[in-house]
Amino acid sequence: MHIVVCVKMVPDTTQVSIDPVTNTLIRDGVPFITNPYDTNAVEEAIRFKDKYGAFVTAVSMGPPNAESVLRKAVSIGTDRAILLSDRAFGGADTLATSTVLGLAIKKLNEEQPVDIVLCGKQTIDGDTAQVGPGIARRMNITQLTLVDEVVSVNTEKKTIRIRRKLENYHEIIEVKLPVMMTVEREINTPRYPTVPGRLHADDVRVEIWSNAQLKLDPATIGLPGSPTQVRRIFAPEREKGEIMMGEGPDRTKAVEACFAKLLDRDIVHV
Amino acid sequence: MERLIFLIVCLGAFAFFFKNIFRLVATICLGRAENRFDNLWSRCAGMFAYGFGQLRVIQKKFGYNHYLLFWGFMTLVLVNFEFLLKGIFPAFSLAFMGPLYYILMFAADIMSLVVLGCVVLAIARRLFFRPYFIDQTADAFLILCLVGSLMIAFFGMSACEYRLDELAAGTYMLVTRGVALFLRGSDTESLHASMRVFWWIHAIVLLFFMNYLPYSKHLHVLTAIPNCFFRSKHMVATVPRLQFKKGEEFGISKVVQFRWKDLLDFMSCTECGRCQEVCPASNTQKTLNPKKMVHQGKVNLFTNSKSVFANRPADMLAPAPKDAAMNVPLINGSDKSVSKKAIWDCTTCGACMQVCPVFIEHAPKIVQMRQHLVMEKAEFPEELIALFENSEQRSNPWGIAPSDRAKWAADLNVPLVTQGVQAEYLFYVGCAGAFDSRARQVTTALTKILNAAGVSWGILGNEEKCCGDSMRRLGNEYVFDKMAQANIEQLKKYGIKKIITYCPHCYTTLKNDYKQFGADFEVIHHSELISSLIAAGKINPSSDSAGRVVIHDSCYLGRYNNLYDQPRDVIKACSGGRAPAEMERCREKSFCCGAGGGRMWMEELDGKRIYLERTQEALRAAPDTIAVACPYCLTMYEDGVKDEKAADRVKVKDIAEIVASSIS
Repeated sequence: MHIVVCVKMVPDTTQVSIDPVTNTLIRDGVPFITNPYDTNAVEEAIRFKDKYGAFVTAVSMGPPNAESVLRKAVSIGTDRAILLSDRAFGGADTLATSTVLGLAIKKLNEEQPVDIVLCGKQTIDGDTAQVGPGIARRMNITQLTLVDEVVSVNTEKKTIRIRRKLENYHEIIEVKLPVMMTVEREINTPRYPTVPGRLHADDVRVEIWSNAQLKLDPATIGLPGSPTQVRRIFAPEREKGEIMMGEGPDRTKAVEACFAKLLDRDIVHV
Repeated sequence: MERLIFLIVCLGAFAFFFKNIFRLVATICLGRAENRFDNLWSRCAGMFAYGFGQLRVIQKKFGYNHYLLFWGFMTLVLVNFEFLLKGIFPAFSLAFMGPLYYILMFAADIMSLVVLGCVVLAIARRLFFRPYFIDQTADAFLILCLVGSLMIAFFGMSACEYRLDELAAGTYMLVTRGVALFLRGSDTESLHASMRVFWWIHAIVLLFFMNYLPYSKHLHVLTAIPNCFFRSKHMVATVPRLQFKKGEEFGISKVVQFRWKDLLDFMSCTECGRCQEVCPASNTQKTLNPKKMVHQGKVNLFTNSKSVFANRPADMLAPAPKDAAMNVPLINGSDKSVSKKAIWDCTTCGACMQVCPVFIEHAPKIVQMRQHLVMEKAEFPEELIALFENSEQRSNPWGIAPSDRAKWAADLNVPLVTQGVQAEYLFYVGCAGAFDSRARQVTTALTKILNAAGVSWGILGNEEKCCGDSMRRLGNEYVFDKMAQANIEQLKKYGIKKIITYCPHCYTTLKNDYKQFGADFEVIHHSELISSLIAAGKINPSSDSAGRVVIHDSCYLGRYNNLYDQPRDVIKACSGGRAPAEMERCREKSFCCGAGGGRMWMEELDGKRIYLERTQEALRAAPDTIAVACPYCLTMYEDGVKDEKAADRVKVKDIAEIVASSIS
C-alpha cells in the first residue's frame, strides 16, 4: 500500500493581522506551522502504515523553508518527503496548486502505485477546500471529502469504507481504491513526535522537485496559471450585534436584558 | 573442638557476607557515572552530621529511639569485634586499651540495656500505636527480635562470666552485675554450661544478623552512612542535562539507566515512611507513594541485576551493557515496577527529599522516568499535548499569541531593554504574569513597587519567552533544552546581568536549571528584592490593609531555594511589625498547592484535590488574607477559597499586592 499525504505550511493565523492600509497579511515575525487539518491527514496516513504496513510519502508545495513541515511529518513516521519548490510555482491559486501537486503524485504513482491520497479538509489560511478535489480530478480518481472515520479497508478486494461528516447526517461509503480523501479534525488525534523520531527527521533528505523535473507548461502554473486574483483582504466590520456583560449580581440583569431584546425582536418566544 | 567449629562457622559467615557486599558494590556500579566525590570536606561534615549525628532522624520524636539504637550499635561494634576474635583466639582482649577499655565496657553494658529498651518500644509501637505510614512487615519484627535476643544473650553470657570471675571489666558493668544477682548460688559447672549456651546464641545470632542485612530493609545499616556522604550538594536535585545524539535512549526505562547514586538510594531506604507522610499525592489518595516507588526501584534493581550478572560473570564491576537484559520493566508491568500513574502524580514539591533521613533523591528519578515516557514513547496524559505544542510553538502554556505578551504593559510606559534601554534589572515577567488575568494584577503591583523604589528596570516585551519549567518537570527535556538555549542566548544578547522574577518556577529555572546550560545570571525573586528595598528604606509600607495574614511557602521558593524569611519580612513590614500567621505545615514542611511539576496543566482525577487539602489548612488559621508568592499557588488558592465558599471573607494575595496597596 502506498499513501501520499499532502501538507501545507501556513502562518499561525491566530497571530496574523491585516495591514489596514495595504489590505495584506502582516506575516512579519509570525511563525509558520503545519496546516492543522493536514496534521490529521498525516496521522491517518501513519495509522495506515501501523496497521497495513503502508509506505507513506509526504508532499508539499511551497518555498524552501516549507521543508520544516515535511520534517515534522517524517518525525512521526512518514517514509519519504518531497518538496515541490520552484519560483515558477509561486503565487499559485488552488487551480495551479492542484495542477502541480496532481502531476507530482502522478509521477509518484508511476514509481509505485498510489492507493490513497490524503489531504486535510482545508487550509486555515485559504479556507477553500479545493486543492484536494483538484488533485483527484487531475489524477482521475475517486474523491471522498469530509471524512471523519475510516471504517474498514479490504486489502484483498482493494476497497475502503469511510464515513463522511455532512451537515446534518453521516454518510458511509465504500469505494474501490485508489481514492483521494480529505479529512476532518475529528478523524484522529495526531501523535506527539518522539525524540528519536525528531532526530531522524533532522537528518532525513527532503527531495526538492522543481519544474525542471515536472516540466509543466509555465502558463498553467504559478501566477500565470491562476485565474483567481485577490482584490482586497479585510476583516468584516461588525454592523450589528453587541456584547452584553455583567459580573456578580449584574449577571442576572444582563441575561434578563438580553432575553428582553430577543423577545422584543421576535427571535425567541415564550 | 568448639573453637574449630566456631572458626569454620565464622569464616563461612564472613565469606558469605563479603560475597554479598561485593555483589552490592557491583550492583551499584551498574548505574551510570556521576561525580559525587567533589567537596570532600563538606561531604564528610554532612556524613557526620546526618549519618552519625542522625540530625534528620531526630526531627521526629520517635527518631530518638533510633538515635539510641544507632549509638548502641556503634558502641557494641567494638565489643562484638572483641567477642568474635576471642572466640577464635581465647587469649585476645581489648584490655590493652587500658582505662579506655573499662569505659568502653561500662558504656557497652549500659547501651545494651538501652538498646533492649528501644527494641521493646519499637515492637510496641508497631503493634499498638503504629503510624499509618509504617508498614507492618515480618522483616521488621524479625530484625527487632534478633537485636533483642542479641542483647539478652549478651547479658546472660556476661552475667555468667561475672559470676565465674572471668570478666575483666566486670566491676564497671553495672547492668551485668545486676543480672548476675539472679545467679547467686549457682555452681561453677552450671554457670559455665549456661555461659557457653549464651555465648553460642550470641555468636549465631550475631553472624546471622550480619548476613541477613543485605536481604532486608536493614541493608540501610550498611548503606545509609555512605548515602549521606554522597548526597546531592545542590538544594535542588535537578535532572542531568542530556545530549541529544541519534541512537541514544532518552530518559529512563531500565533501572540500570539511573546514575549509581540513584541505585545506592534504592538500597538505602529504611522504609521509615516519612516521605509518604509528607507527600501531597500520598496524602490525597493518589497512586504515588514515594516510599513504595523507592522500594519498587530496589526490588526491580535486585531482580534485574541477577540476570545481568548471570550473563556477564567475567567483570562484575564493568558498567552494564546498553542492551542489558532487563526481565522486569521499570515502568508498569508488575509489582516490581513503578506504575505510570504514580509517575504522573508527582508535583516535584520536594517534601520527600526534605525529610528523608538518608537523602534519597525521589523527584529526579520520577522526572527521568517521565522523560522516557514523553521522549521515547510519546505516552502522557492527553491534556498535556496542548501544553507541549503551545509551549513549543508559541512559547507559553496557553497558546496565546506571543504578540500579546506585553499587552499588560500597554498603558504603563514600561521600558523595553530590547529597544536599547539601559536598565540595571530585567524584570522577567513570566507567562503567568504576562497572560493570566489574575497574575497580571500582581505584575502591575510589582511594577508600582519598582517605580516607587526608583529601581532601574526594563522588560523584554513581546520578545520574552517561556522559561520551560513545566516542560522540564514533565520530562519534555528535548523541548526544554531548546528553550533554555534560546533564552540564554537572548538574555546574553541584551547584556542582561540581573534578573527579577515574580514566579518561583521561572526563578529556579533561570537560577538553577540554566546553570547546566552555561548561564550565570544573578536571579532575584521579587520577595528578595522587595524585602531588601524595605530594609534599605526605599519603600515604606504603611497601612495595614491585609488584616490577619497567613503565609504559604511555595515549594520552589522555600525547599528549592531556601527563601523562607524574605516573604515573611515583607508581610511583617506591611502589618505594623506583626509576623504573619503560620499554617500547621509551614516553611520546610510546607504542603504543595498541587500545581508544581507540571501538575498545573493536568487533570486531578483521583482522591481529594491537593489544593483543597491545602486551602482548608490555610482557612483553619482563620485569616483575612492568604499570602502567596507564586502565580500557581495564587490560582490554586483562589480556586480553593471559592470551592470552600470563603471568597467573601478571605482574599488571596501575592505579597507584591499587599505591599503595593500599602504604599502611597
